[in-house]
Amino acid sequence: MGEITTLHYLVVAAALFIIGVIGVLTRRNVVIILMSIELILNAVNLNLVAFSRLYNLQGQIFSIFIMADAAAEAAVGLGILIAFFRNKETVNMDEVDLLKW
Amino acid sequence: MTPVATPFFFYFLSILAVVSAIVTITRRNPVHSALALIFTLLALAGLYLMLYAPFVAAVQIVLYAGGIMVLFLFVIMLVNIEKAELEERFNKQWLVATLAAASLGGLLLFVLRRGHGIFPATFQNFPEGENTQKIGLQLYQNYLMPFEIASLLLLVAIVGAVVMAKKRV
Repeated sequence: MGEITTLHYLVVAAALFIIGVIGVLTRRNVVIILMSIELILNAVNLNLVAFSRLYNLQGQIFSIFIMADAAAEAAVGLGILIAFFRNKETVNMDEVDLLKW
Repeated sequence: MTPVATPFFFYFLSILAVVSAIVTITRRNPVHSALALIFTLLALAGLYLMLYAPFVAAVQIVLYAGGIMVLFLFVIMLVNIEKAELEERFNKQWLVATLAAASLGGLLLFVLRRGHGIFPATFQNFPEGENTQKIGLQLYQNYLMPFEIASLLLLVAIVGAVVMAKKRV
C-alpha cells in the first residue's frame, strides 16, 4: 500500500462510471436505471474533485452544480416514471414505447 | 490536520463504493438497490473528505443520501414492486451491453495509464478550514450567473415534476 495518487481516484471513478453504464444498458426496471444515472453523475463528481485537488477550487464548484443538476434530473425522471406507471401499470423499460410506432 | 492511515481508508472506502455499486445494479428488489446506493454515496462522501473537500462531502450527504434517496424510496413505494420482482431482471441485450461497457472501461484505463504523466504529481495545499468560505466567495463572485441559472433550473424541474406526477383533471 503505497502513496495514494490522483490516478487511484480516477480509476475508482472509472469503475463507478462503467458500473453505471452497465446498469443503464442492461436493467429493465426504470427505477434502477435512474439510480445508475446517479452512479454515473457521482463518478464524474469524483473525477472533478480529484482534479480540483491538483489545481484549484473550480472542480469542487462544478461538482456542486452537477449535484443540483442531478437533483433536478431525479425529480423530473421520477415524475415521468409516475405518469408512465399511471398509464401502463408497469415500470418495465421495454414497454416504454408510447412514442414509437 | 494531517490525515492518518490514508491508504487504508482509501482502499476501504473505494472497495465499499464499488461493491455497493455492483449490488445496486444487480438486486431484484429496488429497495435493496436504493440501500446499496446509499452506501456508495456515503463512501464517496468519505473520499471527498480525503480529497480535502469537506463542503462537497457535506453537500453529498445532505443532497444525495438525504434528499434524492428519499425521493427514490417514495417512488418505489408508489409503483408496484411485487410485479417487477417476478420479471426478468436484465434485458435481452445484456451480454452485448456488458461487453461494450467493458471495452469502454478498458479504453478509459488505457487512457489513464498512458496519460497520467500530464497532470502534476504534487497536490496543492488547501487549508480545509477555509474551504467553505472560498467556495462561497467563488459562487457569489465569479459564478453568480451560473448560480442564478441553477436556481431557475431547479424551479423549472419542480414545476415539471409536479405537472407530470399530478392526476389529470
